[in-house]
Amino acid sequence: MTDSVIYLLWTVIKVLMICVPLIIAVALYTYFERKVIGAMQVRIGPNRVGPWGLIQPFADVFKLLLKEIILPANANKFLFVLAPVITLAPAFAAWAVIPFDDVMVLADVDAGLLYVLALTSLSVYGVIIAGWASNSKYAFLGAMRSAAQTVSYEIALGFALVGVMILAGTLNLREIVLAQQGGILDWYWLPLFPLFIIFMISGLAETNRAPFDVAEGESEIVAGFHVEYSGAAFAVFFLAEYANMILISALTAILFAGGWLSPFQGVPVIGDTLLGQGSILWFLAKTLVFMFMFLWYRATFPRYRYDQIMRLGWKVLIPITLVWVMVAALISVLGIVVRGA
Amino acid sequence: MKRIVEYFRSLMLLELLAGMSLTMKYFFRPKFTINYPEEKTPKSNRFRGLHALRRYPNGEERCIACKLCEAVCPALAITIDSTQREDGSRRTTKYEIDLFKCIYCGMCEEACPVDAIVETGFLEYHFENRGENILDKEKLMAIGDRFETEIAESRKNDAAYR
Repeated sequence: MTDSVIYLLWTVIKVLMICVPLIIAVALYTYFERKVIGAMQVRIGPNRVGPWGLIQPFADVFKLLLKEIILPANANKFLFVLAPVITLAPAFAAWAVIPFDDVMVLADVDAGLLYVLALTSLSVYGVIIAGWASNSKYAFLGAMRSAAQTVSYEIALGFALVGVMILAGTLNLREIVLAQQGGILDWYWLPLFPLFIIFMISGLAETNRAPFDVAEGESEIVAGFHVEYSGAAFAVFFLAEYANMILISALTAILFAGGWLSPFQGVPVIGDTLLGQGSILWFLAKTLVFMFMFLWYRATFPRYRYDQIMRLGWKVLIPITLVWVMVAALISVLGIVVRGA
Repeated sequence: MKRIVEYFRSLMLLELLAGMSLTMKYFFRPKFTINYPEEKTPKSNRFRGLHALRRYPNGEERCIACKLCEAVCPALAITIDSTQREDGSRRTTKYEIDLFKCIYCGMCEEACPVDAIVETGFLEYHFENRGENILDKEKLMAIGDRFETEIAESRKNDAAYR
């Protein structure tokens, strides 16, 4: 009895140890985004609230929390309130299987990759329900676009993961990282380079980020699926979007860039020092690099048109992934990259 | 053949990389931003901000109530009443500028034969109550007294180009 209580408490503490830093990371990520995009537009971004504007995201959060949540008169009240929760929950739940380190993982599940894939596809329901429950044409259009886009890119995303599975021979995220042992050239980004690129592109589409942000295309459908949301409910959508971005960045780091492994592993001189050791810092650094890429894309590329998105997803990305899954199988069979080594 | 080459070229995402290298170049560029209240852009000597009525160095008001500014004002923002003072000179009893009507064209300043009405370089003002948009003679003289050195300075610097 006491054992299970302690186990439960310990799990709750671990969950909090993931969730609280994640929420803070989301807040700082919004700040980071405004700074990075500002810099790329030759501005300096927020710098008024706190030192270098660092308190700005927290000020924004409190502003949103203190604002009124407006329920549209013709909205389906229950679903309207439920939608943000459905969007947020998977974005956080997926972190359960993310290995931060060799031992730092909340749930070392054997089907971790499958679990992540299932949860990331679940978040589209939040978007659809939000769009439908709002009973607004803009929200509905945004939801339709988002649904079509997310479903299409999920296939490319899934196939990109199949390549990783073939090489690693496991669905356990921790073991996938361990299978990439041995320096930067042994990580899967090299043998699976096209899949790596496609994973990042589909990741962008999955999170509805620029240049695939037709779901909330400001210039045509105001804000897409979350037009009718205000205050804390809007903040939850925001939180979910950014948590998803961080999640995709972390997944890219784990699946293609060796997770917590050091890039200098096995390099003669540096490899023997502390830099050659795998640690959570490497994992965070890699995640940060991919998070930066998200902002970089947003600052660079104009939004895709809806039909262009569909063409890219179905006629370009999926065929390439199919071909490269074959190549990955050949690589594995021929022993160029030894499975699970 | 050319189309096939084009196809594979597009798969290498060269154009996207070119775009991203451009934004990265801008990322490291010195920023254009001016931290406004602390830093300010240089202002022209002819800058047209808040209005003021000037005095002569001996303290006598310059305005002689000729009403040329009132006549020239395209927005009809200026209202003037005048009377004869005890010493026989003509002076205004009322000189009002409605800042809501004023379009800051500077024609009052151009028209003034004695350089009495001027527009200062001061632009950081606001109204908190109804009616504060109307500057009466007292306020205009006070603004003139407050900014006299700046006004004289900018007129002196600009004189060579007039």
